[in-house]
Amino acid sequence: MSSSTSAQFKANVKGALGDNHLQKALRGFQTGFVHNRKIAIKRLQEFDDLRDKARDIKNHTIAHMDAYLDIYQQNVEFSGGRVHWAVDGVEACELILGICHTAGAKTVTKGKTMIGEEIAINDYLTKNKITPIETDLGEYIIQLRGEMPSHIIAPASHVSKDQVSEAFKKAHSDLPKGRSLEEPEELLAEARAMLRDKFISADVGITGANFLIAETGSSVIVTNEGNGDLTQTLPKVHIVLASIEKIVPTLEDTTTLLRVLARSATGQEMSSYTTFSTGPRHATDLDGPAEYHVVILDNGRTDMLAGDFSEMLACIRCGACLNHCPVYNAVGGHAYGWVYPGPMGAVLTPGLMGLDGAFHLPQASTLCGKCEDVCPVRIPLPKLLRQWRSQVYNRDLLDWKTKWGIKYWSILAKRPALYHFFVTPKVRLLAWCAKKSGHLKSIPMLKGWTENRNFPAPEGKTFQRLWRERQK
Amino acid sequence: MSSRETVMNKIRVTLDKVCDASGRRTVAAARIKAPPENLIPNRAKVSPEDQVQMFRDWAEEVSATTERIEKLNNLPTSLSDYLLSQNLPSEIKASDDPILGKVDWLSQPTLTRKTGIAEEPDQVSLTVAFAGIAETGTLVLHAAPENPTTLNFLPETNIVLLPRSRIVGNYEAAWQRLRKELVEQTITKIPRAINWITGPSRTGDIEQKIQLGIHGPRRLHIIIVNEV
Repeated sequence: MSSSTSAQFKANVKGALGDNHLQKALRGFQTGFVHNRKIAIKRLQEFDDLRDKARDIKNHTIAHMDAYLDIYQQNVEFSGGRVHWAVDGVEACELILGICHTAGAKTVTKGKTMIGEEIAINDYLTKNKITPIETDLGEYIIQLRGEMPSHIIAPASHVSKDQVSEAFKKAHSDLPKGRSLEEPEELLAEARAMLRDKFISADVGITGANFLIAETGSSVIVTNEGNGDLTQTLPKVHIVLASIEKIVPTLEDTTTLLRVLARSATGQEMSSYTTFSTGPRHATDLDGPAEYHVVILDNGRTDMLAGDFSEMLACIRCGACLNHCPVYNAVGGHAYGWVYPGPMGAVLTPGLMGLDGAFHLPQASTLCGKCEDVCPVRIPLPKLLRQWRSQVYNRDLLDWKTKWGIKYWSILAKRPALYHFFVTPKVRLLAWCAKKSGHLKSIPMLKGWTENRNFPAPEGKTFQRLWRERQK
Repeated sequence: MSSRETVMNKIRVTLDKVCDASGRRTVAAARIKAPPENLIPNRAKVSPEDQVQMFRDWAEEVSATTERIEKLNNLPTSLSDYLLSQNLPSEIKASDDPILGKVDWLSQPTLTRKTGIAEEPDQVSLTVAFAGIAETGTLVLHAAPENPTTLNFLPETNIVLLPRSRIVGNYEAAWQRLRKELVEQTITKIPRAINWITGPSRTGDIEQKIQLGIHGPRRLHIIIVNEV
């Protein structure tokens, strides 16, 4: 499993909030996907009904998962492909290395795979003298920079154009030093040229899968660049790396999920390339891989299925919950410390790596509910975050200040009169302090709330008082 | 115990609490035998002629270019004109699709056409689509001996011939046609690769600025032919 800094979440956040480069990148990022999604769903009147269908398909599949995985494997084998099962990341890495060794592989091209990040396949291959080359432009950039993705569909969204140019100049040292790399077009042309040879000379291509289809034994990838297709078409061996919950019953079910995926992710009607791959090349085909392998990974998912977080297995990795999350938008993806950031990451990461190393993540939410509002498969993310929080509390993982704070709060919150007695004067005081600007620059003893932004002041009356006034 | 058994047993133990294993198998087999359509949006439930227009509108919105010709024999001229307009050489790597075999190529003697897989430095490819989906302007192509997949991805310019009769409203109609053809031709294996193509290759990975042609084609030109 790839290493994690989730346990240092608080320090990560401090770093992220003070990083001007990152803050600028995040401000640029905030508009695009959210805006485009809004337009896309306005143009499809059935969008919300499709979300219901998508949720039903995923829940149905999860409830019949073993049956569909069985049928899937039979169909992969019928098409001439092979299925390998991995209980954890180590086993998946070993299986992939074994296939690479048999193929005599020296270089491996890679399409974008979050499971690959999860099991740190690149490090494992490198250690074993096989060179992995990321081909998705964003993944290529972060591979050159030695970073983890900061977003599940836009892995380099934290990197500025100048930083890309810097990384390219350092990595492509054979090219003329004085060349211009100012414009995005120039960067694009250089990346295209550099990766072209890699695609052609690679011995093995590894891709992830958005879906595995039981009906046909197909793996599906969704990309915009076409890199995944070159990765799975040109080398003589194609390895698909996917986790168990990617299984979907039929072509029609996959189609329904595809209708909500791109619209939720980037706001596209459909991504540029959606490819259904089934087995190796047929005897009469002129191209395509001679071998087709699927490595199916568990890595903690069967435990999630058995526990209170099985709903998370419906996630189709669109990234909408990240794009709409006020916390993600303030701190970026790296602060979460592992592969999956944002609300989906805050639920998934403790499920996959255990709560001890990741208990800060479910705390990092305002529970505003936006993530559930935009989730294409209607995962109740705030509910799941609350479930983790109660486990964190019950397992005594919090520091004493937070723990006692929660204790006192619950005593107050359960007793309206007492609550009023304590809170009303404070609300009045805060409102009075900020009566001109409407916000506070600092509050004694609550530095954390005002360090990086002003605190909006209360209006002067509590909610209960306003409610009573309205009832009159 | 193999890893497969370890994983499957854990799934079974959990799911058995709700429904027994044979019940699950029956439900799964039934869904695969008769796949429900789920929900097909109304968008493309329009006349065939409107579907053609809808296909073109959506394809052009994602930076593909489209044109419409009457007869198959107009294709060589149309190709030459397009290549000239884009300042591209008069050389194409084409699929060996039977439809292209019907074309009178001699009408454009300057146009060089080779068939086979795409390789460097092929600049322009010509393929024939299996279907066009009106609802999003998506082309469907599939691997076959005469249709190598590399033609769709390697060259910088991809030209696709789309017979008008193959434009359907939604993806589900294309799946049905594919299933029907496989049965009719008694083919048991589905094509190795089925490609949905919606516009040329694009990326937003550098500061969210959309740029075309990162790894796949920079240009996607679709020629709709009325009569085949």
